[in-house]
Amino acid sequence: MTTALVIEAASAGPARGQMGASLGFHIIFACFGIAFPAVLLVVHWIGLRRGDAVALLLARRWSKVMAVVFAVGAVSGTVLSYELGLLWPTLMGRYGAAYGIPFSVEAIWFFVEAIFTAIYLYGWRHLPPWLHWWTCVPLVVSGILGAMSVVAANSWMNQPSGFTLKNGRVSHVDPWAVVFNPATPYEVPHMILAAYMVTGFLVAGVYACGLLRGRNDRYHRLGFLVPFTLAGIAAPVQVVFGDSVARAIAKQQPVKFAAMEFVDHTHRGVTEWLGGIYYQGHVYFGVGIPKFDSLLVGYSPDTKIIGWDSVPAQDRPPVPDVIHLAFNVMVAIGVALVVLAAWQAWVWKFHRRVLMTRWFLVPAALSGLASIAAMESGWIVTEVGRQPWVVYKLLRTSDAVTTAGGVPVTLVMTLLIYAVLSGVVVFVPWLMSQRWRARESPPPSGGHSPGGRVPAGSGTPVG
Amino acid sequence: MNQSWESLVVVVSLFATMAAYALFAGADFGGGIWDLLAGRTKTGQRPRAAIDASVTPVWEGNQVWIVLGFVLVFTAYPVAFAAIMTSLFVPLSLSLLGILLRGIGFAFRHEAERPRTTQLSGVLFAASSLVAPFFLGAAVGAVTTGRVRTDAVGNVPSAWLTPTALMTGVLFVATCAYIGAVYLVGDSHQRGDEEMVKYFSRRAVAAGVVTGVLAAVNMVFLRTNAAYVFHRLVTVAVPLVAVSVIAGVAALALIVLRRVWLLRVAAGIAVTAVVAAWGVAQYPYLLPGSLTLSQGSAPLASLQSEVVVMVLAALLVVPSFAYLYWLQQHGRLEVTEDSDQLQRAVAADTTAPAAPPASHGHPVVATVVVGAAVLELAREAVARVRRHDR
Repeated sequence: MTTALVIEAASAGPARGQMGASLGFHIIFACFGIAFPAVLLVVHWIGLRRGDAVALLLARRWSKVMAVVFAVGAVSGTVLSYELGLLWPTLMGRYGAAYGIPFSVEAIWFFVEAIFTAIYLYGWRHLPPWLHWWTCVPLVVSGILGAMSVVAANSWMNQPSGFTLKNGRVSHVDPWAVVFNPATPYEVPHMILAAYMVTGFLVAGVYACGLLRGRNDRYHRLGFLVPFTLAGIAAPVQVVFGDSVARAIAKQQPVKFAAMEFVDHTHRGVTEWLGGIYYQGHVYFGVGIPKFDSLLVGYSPDTKIIGWDSVPAQDRPPVPDVIHLAFNVMVAIGVALVVLAAWQAWVWKFHRRVLMTRWFLVPAALSGLASIAAMESGWIVTEVGRQPWVVYKLLRTSDAVTTAGGVPVTLVMTLLIYAVLSGVVVFVPWLMSQRWRARESPPPSGGHSPGGRVPAGSGTPVG
Repeated sequence: MNQSWESLVVVVSLFATMAAYALFAGADFGGGIWDLLAGRTKTGQRPRAAIDASVTPVWEGNQVWIVLGFVLVFTAYPVAFAAIMTSLFVPLSLSLLGILLRGIGFAFRHEAERPRTTQLSGVLFAASSLVAPFFLGAAVGAVTTGRVRTDAVGNVPSAWLTPTALMTGVLFVATCAYIGAVYLVGDSHQRGDEEMVKYFSRRAVAAGVVTGVLAAVNMVFLRTNAAYVFHRLVTVAVPLVAVSVIAGVAALALIVLRRVWLLRVAAGIAVTAVVAAWGVAQYPYLLPGSLTLSQGSAPLASLQSEVVVMVLAALLVVPSFAYLYWLQQHGRLEVTEDSDQLQRAVAADTTAPAAPPASHGHPVVATVVVGAAVLELAREAVARVRRHDR
């Protein structure tokens, strides 16, 4: 088994590293692509409907941030379409006829998104206000439909269906069954909700930082509340929905589920482990709740759960610890975010105000980073958990990898470029906000008065 | 060869997609090339501002054509896709690097405030506008020579280090410069900036002539390196080649006559006809010599879903693009800060000492040096492989 692992690591390791890095990077920007237009649409609507200059200012500034983020998303998405072929030619050569279909649909939404982003971003000055607002609507639609098609492709890797094989080649395809494979109904909504959480909490987090620094004005409160509300609505739905996702995985990919929950052999009354590290039949440093895992999966403490011993060692995911801990991190963060959102919702219902205590604002400021961590963990669970397969039970990752040399070089390039880019993509919006603040606050004296940041009724162009 | 109509629709769509990429993204790449060649800070400020205002709103959408091309190939012709991506790993990775750096340069050049960072992202944008089309061209050239084969294992440097492939790369760069200049002539005309019309007209003529000469030279190379494609180019596809030549010559005349819209149409026809001629010349091969269209096509249902995708594209994407370009051509889109800069520059002929990018001489030299080094290394590798074979 060790030799098998070594061989696999030697052949597919760099390619997996590059794909993982590219995907992990792109997915954050994809979240913005999916959910940011909706956030924008809401503040823009408030601004137009109520003639609210502060909301309009926010919408305008967010659209500029959106442009930068979308550009990086578009480019890193193009990278992925290349990498499918550059890194996994056998996957594409053998299954492209089926697997490619959802991607083809995605190309349409990619177009719509790129085109209307430009119209919306550069249309502030010359388009009639409501027409301009409507040019953002296609972005919301294309974000959701684009996510559907791409995630459907990933679902297909987990539950390949809709085709027949003849002599190792796809001989007949049923496009509907490919796109709506058994994993699509849960993977797609799970990702879209995650995108709304990541975007909402991240944007809200920026304004929570401002509120923490005493910039308690309408601009910051609105900038906090709108995205926080959207994310706060998505969070509880996500947690409830995620529970059914886990149950579906237990049914469709029992070995992945076994790794998620440390089920080393098939048995009844399975313990639910919170945290912990698995070593030779024991879980160390974990909190175990007896029979709870069985209860969660089958609503009965005696439910039988399939362990990873049901398949030979070479068909199991390599590191159950990573999968289990990633799964735990995702669930823990999800639940914590629901609590955070519920707290603010309570205060809003009875007091109509934003919570200003540090006990709330500090976690709120961090909520965006936390939701990114949760989402990335979720992807680790689904991607590492599927190993050693790239197409579940049909094609091994080590058999799909390119025979071309040079992947280690492109891996290093990818890591370098994305590391620099991550820095820049955080730095640029920060720079923008510095510039905006410098422009609007009257020099030295007015600098510290709360509420003095945004000139009332300033409809003046920001750029 | 009796193909199903779906198969023909898909293959035509694929070539139409490539033509669209060549025209639209080609114009953007061309803009980058002229940005690179616009000279020192002061003299280059005005053309750079014009390029920026023309290209910025549309580049992201134009870049999606290549994604559409990719998904069409890997869904409809998966085996060919796998062979191309494996054999041409090096040039395709480099073209990807170009596209990646270009997008990054673009995304951030408007936001960087300090001259240093503006300059850096400007250089990224400009230099990668050379890299991406060159290596895409080299990949296309490699396919036409029939050296990309389905039975190949690992990357095949000898597939693309041929005179034809490298020449096709250079030809792609020249074509981008030509298309870019033609597009900018029209845009400058739209803005009523006569001086820039003249500026880009001169460049369009120069690039047009260079492109024509390179195309002729490449025909000579094709004759020895890509016998099948050459043969069909001078027989079956000859009407298309003729159309391209006529449209190209007509475009040169139209530049002199200042017929901006007709010029765009003529240049568009010239490029589209070349792409079509390539398609016809390769028929019925996907990979000349090793894989025909019918051998390499996906099952019918996959082709049908690509037809549906293309219909959707026609219904959703074409009108959206038309709207975007309509708005852009009618001055309804404003690349705020930069068009201010443009207006300033037009109004007072560089009054503001805004000091954006300084000398672009270094990156040009660096690009040439790095390019030469890469080629030399690759040639060394080929030589070693050949020795090894013996």
